[in-house]
Amino acid sequence: MRDDANLLRQDNFPVTRWSLIVAARSAAPEERQRALDILIAAYWKPVYKYIRLRWEKDNEQAKDLTQEFFFHLLEKDFLARFDPQRARLRTFLRVCVDHLIINEDKAGRRLKRGGDTQVLSLDFETAEGELHQVEIPSPDSMDDFFEREWVRSIFSLSLERLREECQQRGKAMHFRLLEFYDIDEAGKEFTYEQVAQQFSLKTSDVTNYLAYARREFRRVVLEQLREMTGSEEEFRREARTLLGVDAS
Amino acid sequence: MKWLSDQALDRLRAAADSPDLSGTGYVLLDKLGAGGMGGVFRVRDTALDREVALKVLGIADSSGEFGARLLREAKIIAQLEHPGIVPVHDVGTLPDGRVFYTMKLVQGRRLDQHRDTFGGLPERLRTFQKICEAVSFAHAHQVLHRDLKPQNIMVGPFGEVLVMDWGLAKLLGPVSEVPAEGDKAPKIPGSRVALTGYDPAEAETSEADTKHGVVLGTPGYMAPEQARGEVEVIGPRADIFSLGAVLKFLIEATGRTPKALAAIAGKAMADDAQQRYGTVEELANDIAHYLDGLPVSAYPEGPMTRLWRWTVKNSPWLLLIVAYLIMRALFILWRAR
Repeated sequence: MRDDANLLRQDNFPVTRWSLIVAARSAAPEERQRALDILIAAYWKPVYKYIRLRWEKDNEQAKDLTQEFFFHLLEKDFLARFDPQRARLRTFLRVCVDHLIINEDKAGRRLKRGGDTQVLSLDFETAEGELHQVEIPSPDSMDDFFEREWVRSIFSLSLERLREECQQRGKAMHFRLLEFYDIDEAGKEFTYEQVAQQFSLKTSDVTNYLAYARREFRRVVLEQLREMTGSEEEFRREARTLLGVDAS
Repeated sequence: MKWLSDQALDRLRAAADSPDLSGTGYVLLDKLGAGGMGGVFRVRDTALDREVALKVLGIADSSGEFGARLLREAKIIAQLEHPGIVPVHDVGTLPDGRVFYTMKLVQGRRLDQHRDTFGGLPERLRTFQKICEAVSFAHAHQVLHRDLKPQNIMVGPFGEVLVMDWGLAKLLGPVSEVPAEGDKAPKIPGSRVALTGYDPAEAETSEADTKHGVVLGTPGYMAPEQARGEVEVIGPRADIFSLGAVLKFLIEATGRTPKALAAIAGKAMADDAQQRYGTVEELANDIAHYLDGLPVSAYPEGPMTRLWRWTVKNSPWLLLIVAYLIMRALFILWRAR
């Protein structure tokens, strides 16, 4: 017999982690560095691509400005000014990028970082290559472009994490099926029966494995998002953006 | 990790959005729509081999607040067994913890999409009467809809009407009920008891969205007191305002709106709640009177209009009398020759 308590107790939503925004402001250096590493991993590609297209900077300028931006984020406590009640983190960071570049352009120079400044190891060549695979957005849809690249970045990181988790749990096939059926271009042409034949599985296994992988993918995405948002409301709004759960 | 194309993003998004129904006895067919709290999907009930609609939270929530709200919505609808209110079949949770409920899969079109296919004004008004019947039934069970609008009303292929989306429904209690003068909203004594297994007091106090200042509803269809967030004074007359707006929506597409109908909509949509109809039945009665060619309470008639109405109503007798008088006059003239 089910009752309300049972129904609601089964809600296995991940326990809220300490928000990265709080951690990034932490006095504890290790905690702070961990948080910033995750934020950089999620945002550096969208920031680089945004600078390239929105501000029409060349490859080298965009690299420098991206490094500059994250240098400010690391050293100058940018996030202290972020108020989750007023804006989404994503919007805040994009506006910070705009301000940085406007200031740089006004000054007619690039800020010079100190000689001992940490330079982030970022794979700009890959990001540049990806840029050639997307449709160039119109000038008035740059916000949408930044959002799209952010979604791409979060999904990529989530898939990477899911792949590791699946391997650790002995469920590599589950992930492989997700990759084949929901990511690969060719996958959409296949029926479950054909996928089962291709991977020498039973059709019911294919549907079960896919259901598992999709559920876990959703969980990982939401966990990452939970970390990267400053409030419950922001989390819910960003989840809508990521998963499209509210199209109204 | 390989680069994700835009198409891959869309497919991953759809895959993550699709509810995992394993272990629930339902099989996913397709998505029907999305709302503020989540999505609605067409699914097959494997036990009964029939298609039903499944409403599920978009995101599971750590506090359980949204899950509780969806559950509350399901329970409210389940208590309202009426042909004009979509029946709930089942509630449960998905493997990922999201609360869902299933309900009858409604075939038909939303009222806003259906409006231009109505045969004429009488058909529109009869549809409106059916909407009133469903809302009146809910009021009789102490339930306010609070989000009545054409988008939340379905019209079936045989003209059946279903009032949908009770997500903002409010259960009236002694504390939140407005003691309005002349308010004849039907009350069923002990209706709280009738809501078996459901504690309205608990729902009232646990509802974050019924606090003063919280605005819930749809502009254009929301009563002024609701738009101002005066949650504690919202009563049946708020729904009557919304019904007035629905009536206006239905009749304005017919071109010239009869004055009496405009007056009915105007009275239902009065800014001051006390100036509106006291109950949904009163509003529905005025519509019935209009359809029967009788005077309506919202439109005081002048002497000429009254005379004309009397004339039209008694036209068969009047014609007989006139015919008699003409025959009589002709007979007198013939005799005089």
